[in-house]
This record gives sequence, structure tokens and C-alpha cells, in this order.
Amino acid sequence: MKARLTITLKSGVLDPQGRAIQAALGGLGFDGVGDVRAGKVIELELAEGTPPETIDAMCRQLLANTVMENYRVELL
Amino acid sequence: MKSAVIVFPGSNCDRDLAVAIELVTGVKPAMVWHAETELPNGTDLVALPGGFSFGDYLRSGAMSARSAIMRAVADAADEGRMVLGVCNGFQVLTEAGLLPGALMRNAGLDFVCRDVALDVVNSQTAFTSLYGAGERISIPVAHHDGNYFADATTLDRLEGEGRVVFRYGENVNGSARDIAGIINDRGNVLGLMPHPERVVEAAHGGTDGRRLFEGLVGALAAA
Repeated sequence: MKARLTITLKSGVLDPQGRAIQAALGGLGFDGVGDVRAGKVIELELAEGTPPETIDAMCRQLLANTVMENYRVELL
Repeated sequence: MKSAVIVFPGSNCDRDLAVAIELVTGVKPAMVWHAETELPNGTDLVALPGGFSFGDYLRSGAMSARSAIMRAVADAADEGRMVLGVCNGFQVLTEAGLLPGALMRNAGLDFVCRDVALDVVNSQTAFTSLYGAGERISIPVAHHDGNYFADATTLDRLEGEGRVVFRYGENVNGSARDIAGIINDRGNVLGLMPHPERVVEAAHGGTDGRRLFEGLVGALAAA
């Protein structure tokens, strides 16, 4: 089985990378781009039957820093 | 005073830190590789150096915070031994949960490498007792991820408990409330982004970092 984790900065946390992307899009002439949030995607190959709690623990213990980041798990 | 400098793959200020500690204490620190599981017996001070450990993969300090030696560092902190994290070392301490908050990408996105004015907010700690309260000193920074973040409750608590130890005179990275360095509630774990070990002798162009190490020697001798 495969899990895809999407990790993003919590709302309200300044995302300087997102802001730079937004400015660059404006510079290319794309108008109307509002807030941009950059994050990361991590795909894990997992043993069949890995319980959701285990994936959650991986996120909390290493893959996301919950002080500043949120994560979302999708099973593929 | 027995000290240990932890060396992670990608640390690059470990030797600077060791030289500064030896200069002040007269004793060479043990250099302890991250894969070790124990600190030398009787270690009084554990120092986590600056650098780009594990290439800053995932998040700055994230991999190092989970390396084998960090269990021993956490135990040392529990036992009340002194722990100092400089720059990447500060990032590692927050990632390991030994200090609250997180160090994010600098708000201006630039790598900032220069001397900065720092205010010693709390001069009552074991690390800062030789500075005056509110004294302004100059210490270099060199980082890309030094933007201190914590939620408002945590920031209020840190300020209320006197745990903000250093503040930037000029906020170079977007840090919440100009925070440059914080200490744990017990007062034995300090993390800061500026590099005191880079200003410990006149040839460095400044000596404002030296009193941090001298203060530690005094605090440990008194203990």
C-alpha cells in the first residue's frame, strides 16, 4: 500500500516561500493570484495493512512539525 | 569542567565551538559523533553546534533531533546538566522538543550572515550571568532558518517566565517578538541563533560571546 502525505504550514503562519511565489507569478503577469501556500508531499511505500494510527505516529514524530505544520494522509 | 560537542554529518561549527570552549575552560571537549548512544561520564556541558546537519533535509534539525545521541542529550538535560544549542543546534533542540517553538525560513528568504545587535533580556541565567541586564552586545548570525515561531500562548509564557534570553536589536529574520534565544523552564538548556563561539578573542573582531562560556564555567564551579 502507498500513502501520500501532504504537509503544509498552519494557517496564520507566515509562509515566506509562498509569498515569493505569489510575487513571482505577479511579475510574470498573472493577475488575481491571492494567498499562495507552499508545502511538501511525501509518498511512503508501506507494508499492507499498516494501520492509520501508525502513519499518524510517523507524521507526528518526524514527518511534520506540528508546532507549525498540518498534515493530511491519503491512502493510494 | 567536562564538556562534549556533538558532531552531526553536516555540522560545520563543531570545531569553532570546541576551540571556544577549550579557550575558556582550558579543557578540550570530547567530540561525540551523532551515532553514539552515550555521552562521556561526568559531562557537565553538552554543546550542539551550528551547521547544516543532514543537509537540512525535511526541516532544519529534524533528522539530527532523532539521531541516537539525542536520547543521551535529553537524559543529560533531565539530569540538570547544561545544554547549549547554537544556530543549527538551536534548531535541533526545538525539533527534539527540548525547547518550545520552531525555527522557520527567514521572513526575507535571504541567508543572513553578519554581526547583529543583541539585547541580553535575562542576565540571571547560568549562561548569561556575566552580562548586564539589558546589555546590548554584538554577535554574528549566519542562517537561513532563524525565524523563531511559537503560538501566542507559548510566546506569552516564555516572556512571562523570563525565558526569552536574547532579543535582536534589529529583527533580521522575522522572528516572533524579536526572539534570538530562549531557555527551558529549568534554566539548563539554552538555544540561540547567533554564534557566541565566533567572538571569543580579539582576533575575531569582538569578544562579546566569551562571557557566555565564562559564565557557564562560573555557574558549574558554584554548583
